[in-house]
Amino acid sequence: MKQAHGKTKKFGMVIDLDKCTGCGTCMVACMAENNVPFRKDETDKRLSITWMQVYKLTNGKSYPDAEICYLPRPCQHCEGHHSGHSPCVSVCPATATDYDSETGIVSQIYTRCFGCRYCMAACPYHARYFNWWDPVWPGDMEKYLSPNVSPRMRGVVEKCSFCFHRYQLAMEKAILEGRHELEEQEYQTSCTQACPAGAITFGDLNNPEHKVHQLAQPDPHHHGRPKNPKVFRLLERLHTNPKIYYFSSKEWVRRAGDNYVKDESKSDHHE
Amino acid sequence: MKIDRRSFLAFGVGGAAGTALSPLPWKLTDDSSIWSQRWPWVPIPVDGKIGYAQSTCMLCPGGCGITVRKIDDRPVKIEGQEGHPVNQGGICILGMAGLQFLYGPSRVKTPLKRTGKRGQGQWAQISWEAALNEVAEKLGTLRADGRPQGLACMTDTERGTIPALLKRFMTVYGSPNFIGPASAQDAQETAVRAMAGVDGTVGFDVEKADLILSFGSGLLDGWGSPVRMFQAYSNRQDRKTQIVQIDSRLSNTAAKSDRWISINPGTEGTLALGLAYHIIAKSFYNKVFVDNFSAGFDSFKQKVMADFSPAKVAEITGVPADIISELALQFATAHRPLAICGRGRGSAPGALSDTMAVLALNALVGSINSDGGVRFLPDPGYIFWPDPDLDPIALKGNEQSRLDGAGTGQFSHTRSLPNRFFEQFGSDQRNVPEIMLIADANPLYTLRDTKAVQAALDQIPFIVSFSSFMDETAQQADLILPNHTFLERYQDVPAPAGFTRPFIGLARPVVAPQYNTRHLGDVIIALAGQLKGTIIRAFGWDNYLACLKDTLDERWEGMIEKGFWMDDHFSSPSWDAMFTTGTGRFEFNGEKVASDPWTGAVAAEGDSSTFPLILVPYDSIRLAGGSIGNPPFMMKTVAATVLVKADVFVEINPETARKYQLNEGTPAMLTTPKGEGKVRIHLSEGIMPGLVAMPTGLGHTAFDDFLAGKGVNVNELVGPVEDAASGFDAAWGIRAKLAKA
Repeated sequence: MKQAHGKTKKFGMVIDLDKCTGCGTCMVACMAENNVPFRKDETDKRLSITWMQVYKLTNGKSYPDAEICYLPRPCQHCEGHHSGHSPCVSVCPATATDYDSETGIVSQIYTRCFGCRYCMAACPYHARYFNWWDPVWPGDMEKYLSPNVSPRMRGVVEKCSFCFHRYQLAMEKAILEGRHELEEQEYQTSCTQACPAGAITFGDLNNPEHKVHQLAQPDPHHHGRPKNPKVFRLLERLHTNPKIYYFSSKEWVRRAGDNYVKDESKSDHHE
Repeated sequence: MKIDRRSFLAFGVGGAAGTALSPLPWKLTDDSSIWSQRWPWVPIPVDGKIGYAQSTCMLCPGGCGITVRKIDDRPVKIEGQEGHPVNQGGICILGMAGLQFLYGPSRVKTPLKRTGKRGQGQWAQISWEAALNEVAEKLGTLRADGRPQGLACMTDTERGTIPALLKRFMTVYGSPNFIGPASAQDAQETAVRAMAGVDGTVGFDVEKADLILSFGSGLLDGWGSPVRMFQAYSNRQDRKTQIVQIDSRLSNTAAKSDRWISINPGTEGTLALGLAYHIIAKSFYNKVFVDNFSAGFDSFKQKVMADFSPAKVAEITGVPADIISELALQFATAHRPLAICGRGRGSAPGALSDTMAVLALNALVGSINSDGGVRFLPDPGYIFWPDPDLDPIALKGNEQSRLDGAGTGQFSHTRSLPNRFFEQFGSDQRNVPEIMLIADANPLYTLRDTKAVQAALDQIPFIVSFSSFMDETAQQADLILPNHTFLERYQDVPAPAGFTRPFIGLARPVVAPQYNTRHLGDVIIALAGQLKGTIIRAFGWDNYLACLKDTLDERWEGMIEKGFWMDDHFSSPSWDAMFTTGTGRFEFNGEKVASDPWTGAVAAEGDSSTFPLILVPYDSIRLAGGSIGNPPFMMKTVAATVLVKADVFVEINPETARKYQLNEGTPAMLTTPKGEGKVRIHLSEGIMPGLVAMPTGLGHTAFDDFLAGKGVNVNELVGPVEDAASGFDAAWGIRAKLAKA
């Protein structure tokens, strides 16, 4: 399906949980890139805006057999069972969040959002955040704000955009150079670029030459479910068809990616 | 027309239905977002031309290269510099948040003179001229009175031209009291001076080692050059490298290592000698090295065999005897084994013997100046200034002994002992310095037993701070002469912590100074100018930049272009030419170490009946250590199991919790022989029963509202324990008790 303006993309990530050290650089990289505001008390995590959030998982065993694994969680950019049937997109009354079928990115248009927060209730990943206050940058910190991302105001929802402005900038450059396709490295999110452990891989899941495709091996017949047995997606059984894939060599970590009733057998992992 | 009840209702219902079917509600919802969002106070960032500037990060001793994205003249983001030898394009959480320091509310924007009482936070803005005059006048008077040794100076590094200028100033002024830091890095350098006679820095070749044995070092918690460590961990599977973490807590480092061996806190050095026992007993040691290039092996062997038997070491460390012997075998038979020391991120030096034990372990298997081993790097000698002329006042002043006792007698290998410095004049009034200059150091926060440091500072009549930020120590100053931040100034940043090649990074201004600040280098030269005579003659430069260019000489051009100078062709000397001890060999027991180094683990302060638990501080990469504090972005990453509102959580094992009837989230009072703090309980299976783990980097009282007043500074609860062999602070924890609050 080759079109004049390029093939349909499905941008996504594979995050290697064996490599992730939980350092939090991705979280700050995201804040610095996207003009994310902050407040004096950020300890109530329901109010703290972190497009990228790193969760800590434990294996539940006693000292000294306890293990820790960190799990970074950006917006999962769900596709749903058909294009655009993301949990959040399907409930937004204002079309403030939309599924872009050309890139697979779930957008958030702040000026359309009137703050009903249906999308937050619908998102099973808690990836969406509400601006309860107007942002304030103390001292002269307004000077570091990037013109590529608009600061949000009180009353709107915000979330990870896969650094969509970086896609726009890369496309602008490519088009000026007479190209319609981007190289894999031309468009990378801020967190991917920043991760000092190299745990995040970003690219086009539809493109067999991209590393994300090779690592996740998404199965197009089963809504992108990973064929790589060490790769999983969060809450797979909700059929949200997310575009963030996680790699872990540890069985207990992979099982932590979904909800199980007690004693449910392992074979049910892929239903 | 008569409006009856029926037609009134019909009109109402019809009107409502009509409105609902019209576009009006949709128009109103759309408009409501417009009306409620267009506020003039939500900033619209100014657009401009994108550009990039490169520099070196100075927020920790790591020395990473950074690329700063700019919009016109405005830095908007810091990223890692591609191809930089230290960090290879990577960056850490602190460096990433660096712009919040540049523009933040805690900046000192102009010279300040204290108007209220000390620490009250009342300041008057004064001109640079007035500030410099005041300092020069005080310095002149003290010198004229013949007590130049009454001037003290404290910094947080002893490397590079800025500490060298300060030291030179102190020398020509006539005071020996230039006090640098005492960190694990300094402990390693001290141990190498004692054992190898090499005066320089210590590198750990983590990229080439195939077995890394970390004795409590938080390789992923901020140790050394953090980005380099992250990369070494991340790539280790490609290199088939195994990493074993020895730690009493399941730190991030322990969690991501191939194996975690839990150990009683503070006994890491004992375990190292326990491993040495097996390696010697089974003759697994490198005989070429030991027989030909080392000295003191026999007495070392005797000591280890007598005092560090497997049963005894197992009992002290809590590591089972079979695991000790297995580990010893694994270490001795690896191709390129490497043992690493420095607890946590290495902010405290620890006992010299702990560092020496780990170096001895490396030496036993020949991992000294070999690929994948420990490298002793000569000081990157580039500061060759002519010896200054000293006038009689300076000569006499320099003859006085240092207040901290470092560098002489018992502590001949040690450079600086900041803890001892403050303790010394706590007891003897005659020792109190009259003027203290503090540059980039924040002893009131970073040194153990902050109350004692506060009491000591209270006695100093005149304190001058050069801090760019209103930190804890700056708050106690009488005068603040603010330096530019690292993003606004030139400065050489030599020898990144733990790096394996001679290296000098260069910080270059990526933005013009934002406030009325001055480069510390220029301030030193200006002060020297006011003091005249031999003092200004020692500074033959018009300004700091001229001094830096002159000092770096032919390296300058390349450094301006690349951002660093590295000795690409460096190779360590062979074993027969490497050691400059009296014997020309590696001294297992150290040369001129006054007391027997192999006395075993340092005990925690306090008695076990009153204080049944042990408090251990832990470092986390999400909480900045050292003299600076967390910027707001990093505060957002601190988990709700570490800090909630103003309460810090201490980690205890559920077993400990049951014993003291504590639950998750219970408010509690944590008491140690040094003080008490209000905490909350977090239950963790990652901590040994009987221990209480508290994060470092919280409990600030200065900087800004985004950081201050949250949690407890663990240094308020832990006191220093003096190491007999070095004078270093050997404390790794303290005895404690917990009670429901």
